[in-house]
Amino acid sequence: MNPNSTPDSYRDPIPNSTMELLTYTLQLADNALIIGHRISEWCGHGPVLEQDIALTNTSLDHLGRARSLYQYAAEQFNKLPVEKKTEIFSSVALQNLVSTAVQVQEDDLAYLRDGWDFKNVLLLEQPNIDWAYTIARSFFYDAFNFLLFSGLLKSKDETLSAIAEKSLKEVTYHLRWSSEWVIRLGDGTEESHSRMQKAIDELWMFTGELFVADDTEKVMAQQGIGIDPLSLQDAWMAIVKSVFGEANINIPAGAWMQQGGKEGRHTEQLGYILAELQFMQRAYPGMEW
Amino acid sequence: MTVHSFQAHFDDLIDREVTIEPKDWMPDDYRKTLIRQISQHAHSEIVGMLPEGNWITRAPTLRRKAVLLAKVQDEAGHGLYLYSAAETLGVSRDELYDQLHSGKAKYSSIFNYPTLTWADMGAIGWLVDGAAIMNQVPLCRTSYGPYARAMVRVCKEESFHQRQGFEIMLTLSKGTEIQKKMAQDSFNRWWWPSLMMFGPPDAESPHTAQSVRWRIKRLTNDELRQKFVDVTVEQAKVLDLEMPDKEIKWNEERGHYDSGPINWDEFWNVVKGNGPCNKQRLETRKRAWEEGQWVRDAATAHAEKWKARKAKGAVAA
Ligand SMILES: [Fe+2]
Ligand SMILES: [Fe+2]
Ligand SMILES: [Fe+2]
Repeated sequence: MNPNSTPDSYRDPIPNSTMELLTYTLQLADNALIIGHRISEWCGHGPVLEQDIALTNTSLDHLGRARSLYQYAAEQFNKLPVEKKTEIFSSVALQNLVSTAVQVQEDDLAYLRDGWDFKNVLLLEQPNIDWAYTIARSFFYDAFNFLLFSGLLKSKDETLSAIAEKSLKEVTYHLRWSSEWVIRLGDGTEESHSRMQKAIDELWMFTGELFVADDTEKVMAQQGIGIDPLSLQDAWMAIVKSVFGEANINIPAGAWMQQGGKEGRHTEQLGYILAELQFMQRAYPGMEW
Repeated sequence: MTVHSFQAHFDDLIDREVTIEPKDWMPDDYRKTLIRQISQHAHSEIVGMLPEGNWITRAPTLRRKAVLLAKVQDEAGHGLYLYSAAETLGVSRDELYDQLHSGKAKYSSIFNYPTLTWADMGAIGWLVDGAAIMNQVPLCRTSYGPYARAMVRVCKEESFHQRQGFEIMLTLSKGTEIQKKMAQDSFNRWWWPSLMMFGPPDAESPHTAQSVRWRIKRLTNDELRQKFVDVTVEQAKVLDLEMPDKEIKWNEERGHYDSGPINWDEFWNVVKGNGPCNKQRLETRKRAWEEGQWVRDAATAHAEKWKARKAKGAVAA
């Protein structure tokens, strides 16, 4: 990070944490957007009408949180000195925006960055495949989110703590819903049990990344703004074990974990999500919708 | 009471515009007609989720994405209210699904047209939800209580959808040249199918007289269609879009707009299954249902196990 920003471009010196806070906010925002997007793919295709509606509600919660977080990230981004703005993302479209001195908005951050600038964890970009995979992915993430937002309530950053407060109510419900489904499928029929176990087994390798703090998370935790995810791991495991116990699901034996999402090194899935998500903004740039 | 006096009592309720409730005696024909109409409407809501659902992952902004998602979710809710209303007449949701999936039951043909651009999210809200409201507002006072109450909720939300759709069209028409072109193209494609939503011309429409008496229907197809034309022409002016029908002309004498002929051949073909998306829509619904079977089975099996365990626990305690 270059601490010598042009003095006139910014009234106060940029605190070291500014970049970290932006990155941290984007991590949270990208997670919310990508899971919200994935879940939204179910709308109209659910196994039961009531669950179609429930799942869409969840997707809307995630998207709502993504919007609040992108708005906050945009606010921070706009305060950066221009040379910082142009180097922070490898997106031609965003660099063009910055060069015309336009203030970026929530949508620019969601629709104009390419995959290597997305910071969501790999788990969330994995495809829906079937109801069991969708439930497993949500359950792992909901349990994590519940703990994360419980912690972020005490964030020294007022915006983040306000977002956490609103999110926690939603996430508490999400976790209850996905836990119940893990149990229902695990303790349902033979078929549902084996599908549930398979989904858990296959997605397990994406859960480790949730708890590996990157530099941003470490700095944010030190400053009392963010949470060190490692500190959530035991509580997360306790939730998982208790739900799996009721569901007759085994904790997978494999210990090798994938990672890279937080640094922008994704699975092949993300590219296709973005190709769809960003299509309109890419094909018809710079318009109001 | 004899059947005759049951009938007399029913007729009396209808004449006095008192609502018929599930426990009231009703003629078989009335029950059948209602089940057919309510389930067709319910199926339309559910199949209607698909054309708009097609753009959820591609909505141009986060706000539009959330609004669209919420709209499609509303349609699911409408389906739910209507299936519940139909259930009060003694038919289960599963039976109705079977009728849909086997092709026996119909749904609104408008959903057999494809959504090709983002502007279609505007045109559908504006025209399709708009036409639906015109068809449905009179049903808020229909004779069958559960149906009427469902329609009150549905109509409230449909009018919200219509405003949202109009607002998308307005944004496009006030946008760049290419956006305006997108709006016009969409209007051109959805206009005629929207007119067809009111059903065949009165001269060819069976059931009408009976339905009007039962307040299952309050205005005829042609009356409603005319109302829709009159309203839409004015709205198209606000949008600064051209009417796709070049024969649209104000008729001073009638106090209505005259319009060009509707291609009823196309209408009947789409009804018969030859629309661009009939097969695709039905297949999608069937696939969702079939692929959801193991999930529903699991939920049932788990609920039963849970009940059994609870009963055992209660005995043990
Ligand atoms: Fe609806
Ligand atoms: Fe409707
Ligand atoms: Fe609607």
